[in-house]
Amino acid sequence: MNQEVAIIGIGMTKFGELWNRSFRQLFVEAGSEALEDAGIKSEEIGALFGGNMSAGQFIGQEHLASLIMDHSNMTPQPATRVEAACASGGLALRTAYMSIKSGMHDVVIAAGAEKMTDVLPSKTTGALATAADQEWEAGFGATFPGLYAMIARRHMHEFGTTEEQLASVSVKNHYNGSKNSKAQFQNEITIDDVLSSPMVADPLKLFDCSPVSDGAAALVLASAEKAKELCENPVWIAGSGQASDTLALHSRKSLTTLNATVEAGRQAYKQAGITSKDIGAAEVHDCFTIAELCAIEDLGFCEKGDGGKFTEQGETGLKGSMPVNTSGGLKTKGHPVGATGIAQAIEASLQLRGEAGDRQIDDVEYVLTHNVGGSGGTAAVHIFSR
Amino acid sequence: MDVGIVGYGSYIPYYRIKTEEIARVWGANPESIKKGLMVSEKSVPGPDEDAVTIATEASRNALALADIDPEKIGAVYVGSESHPYSVKPSSTIVAEAIEATPIMTAADLEFACKAGTAGMQICMGLVGSGMAEYGLAVGADTSQGAPGDPLEYTAAAGGAAFIIGKDNLLAKIESTSSFTTDTPDFWRRPGEAYPKHGGRFTGEPAYFKHIVSCTEQILKDSGYEVKDFKYFVPHQPNGKFPRIAAKKLGFTEEQVSPSLLVERIGNTYSGASVLGLAAVLDQAEEGDKILLTSYGSGAGSDSFILETTGRLEKVRENAPSVESQIEHKHYIDYATYAKYRGKIKKE
Amino acid sequence: MSVSRFWREIPSRYNLSGGKCTSCNLINFPRRERCKDCGVSDFETIKLSGLGKILTYTKIHAAAEAFEHETPYYLAIIELEEGPRLTAQIVDAHKGEVSIGAEVESCFRKISEDGKAGAISYGYKFKPRK
Repeated sequence: MNQEVAIIGIGMTKFGELWNRSFRQLFVEAGSEALEDAGIKSEEIGALFGGNMSAGQFIGQEHLASLIMDHSNMTPQPATRVEAACASGGLALRTAYMSIKSGMHDVVIAAGAEKMTDVLPSKTTGALATAADQEWEAGFGATFPGLYAMIARRHMHEFGTTEEQLASVSVKNHYNGSKNSKAQFQNEITIDDVLSSPMVADPLKLFDCSPVSDGAAALVLASAEKAKELCENPVWIAGSGQASDTLALHSRKSLTTLNATVEAGRQAYKQAGITSKDIGAAEVHDCFTIAELCAIEDLGFCEKGDGGKFTEQGETGLKGSMPVNTSGGLKTKGHPVGATGIAQAIEASLQLRGEAGDRQIDDVEYVLTHNVGGSGGTAAVHIFSR
Repeated sequence: MDVGIVGYGSYIPYYRIKTEEIARVWGANPESIKKGLMVSEKSVPGPDEDAVTIATEASRNALALADIDPEKIGAVYVGSESHPYSVKPSSTIVAEAIEATPIMTAADLEFACKAGTAGMQICMGLVGSGMAEYGLAVGADTSQGAPGDPLEYTAAAGGAAFIIGKDNLLAKIESTSSFTTDTPDFWRRPGEAYPKHGGRFTGEPAYFKHIVSCTEQILKDSGYEVKDFKYFVPHQPNGKFPRIAAKKLGFTEEQVSPSLLVERIGNTYSGASVLGLAAVLDQAEEGDKILLTSYGSGAGSDSFILETTGRLEKVRENAPSVESQIEHKHYIDYATYAKYRGKIKKE
Repeated sequence: MSVSRFWREIPSRYNLSGGKCTSCNLINFPRRERCKDCGVSDFETIKLSGLGKILTYTKIHAAAEAFEHETPYYLAIIELEEGPRLTAQIVDAHKGEVSIGAEVESCFRKISEDGKAGAISYGYKFKPRK
C-alpha cells in the first residue's frame, strides 16, 4: 500500500455562475478553506501547483503563478501554472504529487480555478474549442461538443448505445448532485428532460453537456512524515497515472476508446497494486454523457461497449455495484475547467474520510479519479486510499 | 493558327428558390412574373459559396477535360461583378486552387455580365501571340437583387470556365469581335449591396442594341449567314430578351433554346452567356458551328464564332454537365434564401 | 485566423496536399514534421483525390462565432481513400445522405472570415458523392 503522499486538507468554492466572484476571489477562497481544513498556515506551504486552462482567453490574464501567490499572500513561495485543457487540475495534482515524491517539498498545494462567465456565450464556444486542434478541427468548424457528439454517434453505431442510455448518465448525476451543496445544480431531472432539451451537437443535447462554470478547488498535499504529524485522517495517493494521445480526434486509433484513459489507468492501477475490481467509487470526466460511458469502459468497470447498459441498469448509481460521480459529476457539480481535476480529488477525500453525507458509499477502500483534456489528448488518473 | 477551347467546365450551386416563393413575400402575382420574365426558379449559393468558390469548381471541371499540366496555364482571369474582395484578386485564389501558380499572370475583370467573355478574348490574344501556352478565363457570379425589386426574381449564382489553347482543341474559336459604348443601363456604386438600373432603358438602347449590332458585325466580317449556325448563344438575363434578340437577328427557336438555362436557374450574370455556351458544348456534335454573343451592362457585347471538333465528345464526360447540375437541386424558402444571401444577419 | 496562419496551409487546405513517408509509405495528411507512424522526417508530396467515406458525424447547432451563420451544419470525420482521416463540414446534403459509411467527395468552399472587413480563408468541405 503506497503511503508516501497524502491529502491533508481540502477546500472548494461553490461551482456555478458566480457573478460576484472574480478569478482572484475564487482561488483565495478555495485555498483558504483548504489551509484551514489542513490546520496549517500558508507559510508552511513549500510550493503551489495551479491548474487553469484559459485565463488568457476568458479574463485576458496570463502569468497566473505570480497572481495566485500575490493574492494568496504567499510570496515569495514558488507557484507553477499547469495546463492541459480540461485535465489541467488532474495534472496540477500529479505535478504536486511528484514534487513531494521526489523529496523536493514536503507540503504543497495542488489547486485549480477557472472563471468562465466574464465573456459572452459566443466567445465561450470558441475558447473551449482551443482544447481541440485549432488548425484542423476547430478551424474547420468543429466545436468541443461536436467532437464528443461524433464519438457518441460512432459509439451508437458500433455498440448500439441509445440516446436514452446517454440521458441516464445525466439523470443519475443530477440525483447525486442534488445531495451536494457545492454543486452548481441541485435539481433532479428525468430522461424526458434530457431528451427534450435543445440540441447542441446531434445527438448531444443541452442536458448531455456539462455547464459553463466558475469555481476553484484546492488540496494540501503532504509527505508521509508531515501527514502523520499534521493530520488525523490523511487520504493517501495510492497510484497516479498520466498519458497523452493525438490532439485531433480524427488521428486516434479508435473513435470510441480514449487510449490516454486506458494508459493512465493502467499506470495508476499498477502503482497501486490493484485492479478496477478493487475500486469502490470513481469520479470520472463526464464533460458530456458519452464521456462517462467511454470512461467507465476504458477504466475497466465494464466491457467496451457496455457502458450504456451498465448505467441504464443502475450499476453506477449510489446503490449500484460501481458508484460513479457521487459528487454529481461535471454535469451537475459544474465544470470550471481547471478546477475539475482537483474537485474530483476532493470528492474522493470526502468518501474516504466518511464525510460524504447523503452520497456516502459505505466501506470504500479505494476511490479513483479520472480527468481528461480535450477529446482525449490528455488523461490523468489517480487512486486514493484510506 | 487555331486558337480555341481545350477544356471547359461549369458549376451551378445546389439551392433553388421558386418565383412563387419570392412573389409570396412581396405580394406579387407569380404567374404574371413568370410570364413576363420567363423565369420559374433561380439558383442560390450556399452561405459558404462565393464567386471564387464557384470559379474554382468550374475551373477544376475545365481542367478535367483539358487534361493538361496546370502549371502550363500562363494566365488566369476571373470575371465577376461579385468578387468577394474589392481589392485582392479572385484570380490568384483560383490559380492557387488549380495549382497553376507561380509562373503566370493574373488579374480580375469586371464588365457586368460579360466579364467572362472579356477574359476569353484576353486569353485568345495571349495564346495566339505565343505569350502564354494556355489561358484560363472564368465568368462567375453570386449576384444580388434588391429585396422586392424585379431583379430579385432573376439574380442568381453560377459560373463557367474555359481553358484557351492552341492544340487538342474541343472547339476552335474562328473569330471574335465586340461592340462597346458608354451606356449606363445598370450599375452599382462601391459599398452598395444592390445594383440599380434604368428600368425599361435596359432594353432597346442597351441589351438589344449591343447584342444585335455585335452579332450583325461578326456575321458581316466572317461572311457567315444565320443559317450556318447550329446554335446561337445570347446573354440570358431572363427568358424573354434572348428570344426577342434571336428573332430580330433571324435565328430560330431550335437554334437558341438549347443555350437558355435562365428559366430554371435565373441570370447568373458573368456566368450567364458562358454557362449557355457550356450547355451547348455538352450536347454539340463534331463540326457544329456556334455563335456566342454576350452582353454586359455599361455596355458591351462580345461575339465569338466557334466550331466543335471530334475531341469534344471524347472528353466531355470527364466533368459534370450543366444539365446534371441544374437537375441536382434543393428548394429553400425565402427566409432561408435571405439568410444565405446575407439579407438578414445575426449581429 | 491570421492571414499567415491559413496562407501557410494553403496547399493542404485548397488541394489536399499531403506527404507520403519515404520510409514507411504512410500518407500523412496534413504534412507534419515527423511521420505519424515511424517518425522519419522525409516526405514525398502527394495530392489526395478528395474521395472518402464518413466514419462518424454530428450536426452542430451551437457553433463558435466564425461559424454561427452556418448553423446548423454537419461536421464529420472522413476517411479518405488513401488512408488519412480528417474533420470537415458536409454540405449540400439531405438528411438521409449523411450516415456512417456514406461516400463523399471534397469541394472548395469558404471556411471562415475575420469579420466583414477581414480576410476570407478558403478550404475543403465535403459533399455526398453522386
